[in-house]
Amino acid sequence: MPSAAEIGLAIAACGLATWLWRGLGVLLSGRLDPESAMFEWVSCVAYALVAGLIARIIVAPSGLLAETALGDRLLACAAALLAYHLARRNMFAGMICGLAVFTGAAYVRGLIA
Amino acid sequence: MIPGSRRAFVLGAREALGVPAAVLGAGFLGYGSLAADAGYPVYLTLLATFAIWALPGQLVLMEMQAAGAALAATALAVSLSAARFFPMTLTLMPLMRRGAGARRLWQFLLAAQLVSMTTWAVAIRRFEDGDLQDLEARWQYFTGFSAVCIGSAAVCAVIGQLLIGALPPLAKYGLALLTPLYFFVTLVGEARSKSSIAALVCGAGTALALHAVAPDWSLLGAGFIGGTAAFLLQRARAVRR
Repeated sequence: MPSAAEIGLAIAACGLATWLWRGLGVLLSGRLDPESAMFEWVSCVAYALVAGLIARIIVAPSGLLAETALGDRLLACAAALLAYHLARRNMFAGMICGLAVFTGAAYVRGLIA
Repeated sequence: MIPGSRRAFVLGAREALGVPAAVLGAGFLGYGSLAADAGYPVYLTLLATFAIWALPGQLVLMEMQAAGAALAATALAVSLSAARFFPMTLTLMPLMRRGAGARRLWQFLLAAQLVSMTTWAVAIRRFEDGDLQDLEARWQYFTGFSAVCIGSAAVCAVIGQLLIGALPPLAKYGLALLTPLYFFVTLVGEARSKSSIAALVCGAGTALALHAVAPDWSLLGAGFIGGTAAFLLQRARAVRR
């Protein structure tokens, strides 16, 4: 596990790396075409990276979630998405339903020893 | 400060106090619990929340550092995950500064740090309304709204972090799943354009395929390979049409 100083340094570097996009947006606002191909490629890369992150956390997590079953996590995702749409895009309904299914399935599995 | 613009700050703050603060809070409650699991002290959880202010980026950082990735690779991946902020500030800032800008560039560069998925989406929509046509009122509204969002996120992250140790195992697992679940529903539920759906599928597929062979590079690979594949697929479709 990395030390607090290493984590702090990484946070500072990542904070700066994140802000660069925000600052660049300010500097170029009005000067860059949001319909350009470059623009579309950048948003595809950003989207794919976040999708990859979430897929990896759900399918192959580390830490606490690694102790839970893959089937339960996938079931929770399906339940959350279904409830979200049934409740007309209500995020709370999705979260509550997903968590209920997840903890319910884990309970039935006998996860709590 | 003009009384009228002061009112816009309060208006923004009050409108953030409902669903936006609660949804963000839920995500950061989960983040706090994951941070505790990753060995973060509370002050670093807060530092990450204020300095990065982008939950996906904060998760990428945590994941890659736990996997032992190099600092440069981690910063690159976090930066790529934040590329969505570029089009966001690009489209939002002109709405607050057009014409004879009363504010200076450095103020906009600072305010850019407040831009997040939530604050951007709400501000873009609200700025169309009649009560927010004045540029100064928009600025005040945006800062008021963002202040409540960041405050709520920070408080919830700390609660999540402190709570995780006191919870029974089942609740702990639930809390840990909260953030990924939130993003899953946001990404899959809100994806409308063909290119974002293509990017979701290609990114997720590439990350999982790469995870088996080169886990350190799976996130960067998902972005570059999956994102480029999605982009090319879209181009090919457009050309065929």
